[in-house]
Amino acid sequence: MTIGRVVGSLVSTVKHSAYRATKLLLVQPVDLEGKDAGATMVCVDTVGAGAGELVLVCKEGAAARQVLKMETCPVRSLVIGIIDRVEFAGGALLPPK
Amino acid sequence: MQLGRIRGSIVATRKIERLTGVRLVIVEPLDSDRRPIGPLFAAIDVVAAGLGDIVFWVGSREAAMAIEAPFPAVDASVVGIVDRIDLLAGASSAGGG
Repeated sequence: MTIGRVVGSLVSTVKHSAYRATKLLLVQPVDLEGKDAGATMVCVDTVGAGAGELVLVCKEGAAARQVLKMETCPVRSLVIGIIDRVEFAGGALLPPK
Repeated sequence: MQLGRIRGSIVATRKIERLTGVRLVIVEPLDSDRRPIGPLFAAIDVVAAGLGDIVFWVGSREAAMAIEAPFPAVDASVVGIVDRIDLLAGASSAGGG
C-alpha cells in the first residue's frame, strides 16, 4: 500500500461501467516527511475520504475486485483508509491542517 | 489509475484477433496540474475519447478487463473521460504536508 494526500476529485460522465456510482479522488503519494513522492493517482474512494486528508491507497487489481465485489473490473487503485497518524523512529506524520 | 491526455489514435490492420474493432489511442500521462509526466504510450480506448480529451486510464492486468473476456493482450486502457478536476487550493504544489 501507499500513503498519499487527497489533492482533489474528478468528475467523469463517460466512463467504464465498473466506475458507475464511485467517487474518484486524486491522490498525491507522499513520503514520511509529507513531501510529494511520485505521480498523482486516480483512486476509487471506499471510505469517504475528502480533500486534504492523508489516506492509505491499495494499488492491486485483485484486492480492488474483492472490495468492489466484481469478478472482473478495470480498477486498480483504491483509497482503503483515512490515516490519523503515522509514527516512525524519526517522528510522526500527521494529516495537513 | 492515472490522468492522461489523448494525443492521437492508432490504425493497425494486422493485430491479434481479440483487438478487432477496439479503438487504439496514444496517451500522454499527466499529473494533477495536467502537466505531462512521462513518455507517450499506446492504449485501448473503451469510452470513445477524442483528441485532446483529459482521461483516466488503468494499466497492468486490469487494463485487459476493460473489455469482455477473453481478455486481450493489452497493458493500458482508457476507462473514463474527465469532465472536471476539482483541486484543493494549493494542494497540487510540491512540498510538505
